[in-house]
Amino acid sequence: MSVGLEHYLVLSAVLFAIGLYGALAKRNTIAILLCIEIMLNAVNIAMVAFSRYVAPQLLTGHVFVIFIMAVAAAEAAVGVAIIMAIYRSKGTVDPTEIDSMKR
Amino acid sequence: MDLGLLAPEISLAATAVAVILLDLFVERKGALAIVSVIGLMVSAAFTIAMFGDPAQVSFNGTLAVDSFALFFKLLFLGIAALVILASVDYVSKFERFQGEYHALILLSALGMLLMATATELITIYVSLELASISLYILAGFLKDPKSTESSIKYLLLGATASAVLLYGMALVFGSTGTTQLGEITQQVQALGAQGVADNPALVLGIILLIAGFGFKIAAVPFQMWVPDVYEGAPTPIVAYLSVGSKAAGFAVILRVFSSAFGLPDWLSLDWGMVFAVLAAIGMTVGNVSALPQTNIKRMFGYSSIAQAGYLMVGLAAMGVASAGETIGQSTILFFLLSYSLANLGAFIAIIAITNKIDSDLIEDFSGLFKRSPLLTLGLTLCLISLIGMPPAAGFMAKFYIFGGAAQNGLLWLVIIAVLNSVVSAFYYLRVVKVMWLGEPASVEKVPSSGALRVALTITCLGVLFVGILPGFAMKAAELAAKMFGI
Repeated sequence: MSVGLEHYLVLSAVLFAIGLYGALAKRNTIAILLCIEIMLNAVNIAMVAFSRYVAPQLLTGHVFVIFIMAVAAAEAAVGVAIIMAIYRSKGTVDPTEIDSMKR
Repeated sequence: MDLGLLAPEISLAATAVAVILLDLFVERKGALAIVSVIGLMVSAAFTIAMFGDPAQVSFNGTLAVDSFALFFKLLFLGIAALVILASVDYVSKFERFQGEYHALILLSALGMLLMATATELITIYVSLELASISLYILAGFLKDPKSTESSIKYLLLGATASAVLLYGMALVFGSTGTTQLGEITQQVQALGAQGVADNPALVLGIILLIAGFGFKIAAVPFQMWVPDVYEGAPTPIVAYLSVGSKAAGFAVILRVFSSAFGLPDWLSLDWGMVFAVLAAIGMTVGNVSALPQTNIKRMFGYSSIAQAGYLMVGLAAMGVASAGETIGQSTILFFLLSYSLANLGAFIAIIAITNKIDSDLIEDFSGLFKRSPLLTLGLTLCLISLIGMPPAAGFMAKFYIFGGAAQNGLLWLVIIAVLNSVVSAFYYLRVVKVMWLGEPASVEKVPSSGALRVALTITCLGVLFVGILPGFAMKAAELAAKMFGI
């Protein structure tokens, strides 16, 4: 059995779904941040696979992935900093307890 | 490639760096606001100088300099300048990080400028993140529990939304083999209506793009973050993201959907209907939830969801309009201009008032007319504009946008929108009633700095000017809508 585009896309879709589930269901803010990273990496897999199979003569997909990784790093840095601030003020990182504003 | 085309962005980036460096040496921090406003004006001057030039797509098809982009650039620069003027009082209370505050506002504005001009998916993504990440930090700038809480909510939901957006971009890239909107347009045209229908990856990609951009403009069902972020974040930043981030989201949506995916007839009809349904739900959810609110910032959060709904009436009209017609686009641009003026004006007045009374509760606004007649008058005018009553700008904006939708056979949507405007009058006018007829809690005057008064005067005059003489702004909007470089 040879590995084709479909295999990568299925892997990417499954990873994306796992990440999305975790981002919505996890009870720890840092874990949510990790799940968002999983979603972004799922996108990266899809991008590279598309780049290889759909437009092999161009490097657009690869370049896109590098940009995504750089931006994700910036986002994670800001996210962890804000989580630190939350922990200092509330003593917890459980999103269900971060609810001082009424809904 | 012509670097001159990027002059507004380059000068803005240079100003942001200069402000951070200046912060290290300057003792009087008021100078930072002055430098920032001057930088914004220089950038605006470069932008104005480019008006009238033929549309150009440059940098290997990643950036388009056309009157559509220039219109939005001027809007963002104006918004950022007004926000900086309005936060002079607010920022003077900070002990540290005033330079970072101004620099982040400028960097976020830079991201918005690039969003308006980008014509390629990577550029769109990176500029969108530049605008967003700066806003995440600014939302948590106060470091008190409410501010950090709003910041983390904004960041987590924003990052999830951008992951969804990226997945959509990946699918679009996979289906067309390119990330440039111009080439995507050609591919989609070549596929034809049936070809797109037979390509579920492309259709799913478009839906995910709508979801990702929908978050930025606070469209239902991606509006959950809005009330909490608006309540907790610093008031000037709420003013900034309520207009800047929304307008930037619409700039990208307009460019992506009226070029890349707007062409095959059935497909455009389809996404027109998607936007119509989202618009109807958004207005209703926003207005009904705003009714019982007691916190004015939270009330404005729900009201901004409703305003996004009105704006999406224009997107729906654009989706169902026949090819070559730009009534949807131009009315959205006009609405964005009048909404920005009115919402900014309202928030500028609220910044001054809440600074003094130290409370966001509507009941504490009681009797403000006796304490500060001019601020009350300005806030009242802006609220009237947000309801959509003459002579304010909001009336003409709603008139145009609903008229455009009615012309394109979306009468049911217009009826819902007008009913919603009536509902919205209840909560906006409640604030007005409390201010004019309530008993003041004290007789102390509400102080405001000169910069804030200038900003409030500019927005109020703008609201009146656009409302009484809409021809000039409408012409600019029509011109911008017609001059897509791509």
